[in-house]
Amino acid sequence: MSNELLKVENLEVQFKSGSTVTKAVNGVSFTLNRKENIGIVGESGSGKSVTATSLLRLIPSPPGHISGGKILFEGKDLLTLSDKEMRDIRGNDISMIFQDPLTSLNPVFTVGDQIMESIKLHQKVSKKEAKQKAIQMLQLVGIPAPEKRLNMYPHEFSGGMRQRVMIAIALSCNPKLLIADEPTTALDVTVQAQILELMKKLQDEFNTSIIMITHDLGVVWEICHKVLVMYAGNVIEYGTVEEIHDHPMHPYTWGLLDSQITENIEDHEMLTTIPGSPPDLRQEIKGCPFAPRCSYTQDICFSKAPEMVEVKEKHFVACHFQTKENRLNRKERSTHVRAVVKS
Amino acid sequence: MAESQAILQASDVVETNERSLFKKLIRNRFAAFGLFIMLLLILTAIFAPILATHSPDKMNVTKTLLGIGAEGHLLGTDNYGRDIFSRLVYGARISILVGLGAVLFGAVIGSLLGVIAGYFGGKFDSIIMRIMDGLSAFPFILLAITLMSVLGQGLLNVIIAIGIGNIPGFARVVRGQVLSVKQSEYIEVTRSLGAKHGRIIFHHVLPNSIAPLIVYATMSIAGAIISEASLSFLGLGVQPPTASWGSMLQDGKNFLVLNPHMATIPGLAILITVVGINLFGDGLRDALDPKMKV
Amino acid sequence: MSEPLLKVRDLRKYFPIDSPIPFKRSNQSVKAVDGVSFDVMPGETLGVVGESGCGKSTMARLVNQLIPPSSGTVEFRGENLVGMDAKKLRETRKSIQMVFQDPYASLDPRKTVGELIAEPLVIHRIGDKASQKKRVLELLEVVGLSHYHAKRYPYEFSGGQRQRINIARALVLNPDIIICDEPVSALDVSVQAQVINLLKELQRDYNLTYIFISHDLNVVRYMCDRIAVMYLGKIVEMGTYKEIYENPKHPYTKALLSAIPKESPHDNKERIILKDAVPNPINPPTGCHFHERCPYMMDICSTKIPQLMDTGNGHIASCHLLEEN
Repeated sequence: MSNELLKVENLEVQFKSGSTVTKAVNGVSFTLNRKENIGIVGESGSGKSVTATSLLRLIPSPPGHISGGKILFEGKDLLTLSDKEMRDIRGNDISMIFQDPLTSLNPVFTVGDQIMESIKLHQKVSKKEAKQKAIQMLQLVGIPAPEKRLNMYPHEFSGGMRQRVMIAIALSCNPKLLIADEPTTALDVTVQAQILELMKKLQDEFNTSIIMITHDLGVVWEICHKVLVMYAGNVIEYGTVEEIHDHPMHPYTWGLLDSQITENIEDHEMLTTIPGSPPDLRQEIKGCPFAPRCSYTQDICFSKAPEMVEVKEKHFVACHFQTKENRLNRKERSTHVRAVVKS
Repeated sequence: MAESQAILQASDVVETNERSLFKKLIRNRFAAFGLFIMLLLILTAIFAPILATHSPDKMNVTKTLLGIGAEGHLLGTDNYGRDIFSRLVYGARISILVGLGAVLFGAVIGSLLGVIAGYFGGKFDSIIMRIMDGLSAFPFILLAITLMSVLGQGLLNVIIAIGIGNIPGFARVVRGQVLSVKQSEYIEVTRSLGAKHGRIIFHHVLPNSIAPLIVYATMSIAGAIISEASLSFLGLGVQPPTASWGSMLQDGKNFLVLNPHMATIPGLAILITVVGINLFGDGLRDALDPKMKV
Repeated sequence: MSEPLLKVRDLRKYFPIDSPIPFKRSNQSVKAVDGVSFDVMPGETLGVVGESGCGKSTMARLVNQLIPPSSGTVEFRGENLVGMDAKKLRETRKSIQMVFQDPYASLDPRKTVGELIAEPLVIHRIGDKASQKKRVLELLEVVGLSHYHAKRYPYEFSGGQRQRINIARALVLNPDIIICDEPVSALDVSVQAQVINLLKELQRDYNLTYIFISHDLNVVRYMCDRIAVMYLGKIVEMGTYKEIYENPKHPYTKALLSAIPKESPHDNKERIILKDAVPNPINPPTGCHFHERCPYMMDICSTKIPQLMDTGNGHIASCHLLEEN
């Protein structure tokens, strides 16, 4: 058994509406090993959620359309599977949890029904066995008095409890891969800490790999081994969390790290920001998508799109000035800050 | 200097917006077609005396039931020998008056009640909506008949009777919309700025509730034209021999097999009108939405 | 020391709950805000943190009388807003503005940005059309937008730009105090930093006072001079930001701080993982509302409600642990 669980090659996703084509995902590649967690970070519109839903072929089509690339799951290309084969994989080998646990649970069925449904869908078990398994799952995700809770409806649960239920459903078939799309964004910090703790614990128990979609770098540091930084549908940097945190290379990643508010920021110092806003993906982007907001640009940035280069072992960057031979020097923060405030 | 120039630019804003509403409407081909039909109808109604080739009520027993294209009668004649084209042209007056008038009547009163019920809620809501429920519990025709017998006959009374029948529908549509708009954060923001209820209702709640109202209104116009036909048939609408499309349709129904043109011509007129109004309504709704940049 | 700009005393809001039996009045209520007192000094930023349902947003709306309080007083420049007659309240409230959380929902989609920013002036009948326009253009510049944006509609703007529009609208009446209810929670990190910088600059330039409500402890620490921590409708701890972050007294504050996500993959944070979530505010636990989740629970906690105690340095907290010493 190879250690490689998922290999995504050059994934491209487009949305068509009338004559406009939105390139939501533009050549995303990464590999994920067993028991490994990868974080996909980016701001809204960066294509991180579309990437995740495309892995399960769940993007609404039309208007969505996976226009290129390969998704190799245990060596099989998911894009060549029939709809039926794909359904067998969903929930069974790969499951997904979403940001809003209230809307992803059906309000008219009890929590127990919904867990049991997912178990029975993929495993040949009797109703009694399914119920046993459901109780076991609820217990596992830390829901007290699971026998009683089984007969309750989603609205009777708090946000954190609902996300626990979602995790119970997602893990009920021992998936090899769990895709979590902003699972803690809607939750309070204390509850977020609980849920992340729970995910780490369950991962050890179930040997599941996790793809964590988030805009919060804190969550990435918390739970992931690797991280993929996305901007305007492109991966601009990819590497281990330690590498990305300690030696970030792309100017966008620098900006992202600098705009985090951390304990180290002095009292009345201005925050570093990335000026401007992300590009409109409906328009053809020439050159590097980050160029209009980047403070290190030269002519080439506006004419040629940079390639992903492995600058160090397991550290990939898409920037013209970050190659094996050349390095871009990160400007000192304070000068950068002043420049931004003035503009 | 730069500042005053900027102010000038800003003052252009309002005008460009008004101009662009019409432009947006025209650029939508379907809406333009709808607008064309509506204009055509209104012009027909206004200039009926000039357009009509005969007096609409003049009977001629020697020339009954002539077909389309008969000499001197473009669309033939009916069972009394009246010129169908002329009746159609005059009938447009009644149909448009009743259609637009009744819907306007129902829409204004219904929306007002709906806004009050939805915006203020509580007792206002209960009382108004229970009255609306009571009103819509009567079959529409029964309600109209009762009203007509109370009000007495006449075109205005037909409009009022059909209009009253339309009130509950509008009240309900508007109330539902207001209930959801009222929850929006921008309403709370406006309250926090110190705005009074009147301003909130007329500047924020109503403009954001208008889209479904317009769609509903255009569909109701068709209904009102047909209701007028039914009332005329029952002898409660406009009095014969005054022509209305509804009464023409009813007259023609007895000759459907041998002289289908008598019923199909007013039927087609109603159909085209209704389609035109609906297309126009759809276009208007889109044009009113600032997000639609045609 | 100068007089406080805003003095809130024993503010309460109880929302009655509909009884399950029709036509019968329920005597149960949600104590959304339950006896909150604080001062806000001119020019300072008071942060209010807490989890969802702790009453921080309700409190914001009570302060500017958007919701009438059940009891208590809100004194602005020495005048009590509670029970003030409507006309005078409208006048006074010009000095107290709000910025809301959702930049998408807080702008009427059918108005142009110019109309939106001018609206407070129109409502209060200040100036003529020309002077209103001038003021709008002025403010667009202040918040970092351009004059031509006045003709645009809200949907044409990104979240960060919309929040700038909201801020411009809040500034148009030259307020003394702006209540910001989670103003950056809905924004992306890089944009969040832009808006926070803008708020800071405006405070400096116009000597503004902020009440800054947020669930993001990092943002609050950066923005605020003093911080109030709320739990189930009560302030459980309040002090300068340094005191709160470096020397938290209440176990709930400690837990909140420990739940802040890591700042680097190398961090090895000791976490206080709380059990469950915030309890149901209809039936809050007896005694200290926090005792069921508290890692330091003692017998007294379930029976007696702890009072806010001064622990020095302008730092107050309500916990029985503090009483022991």
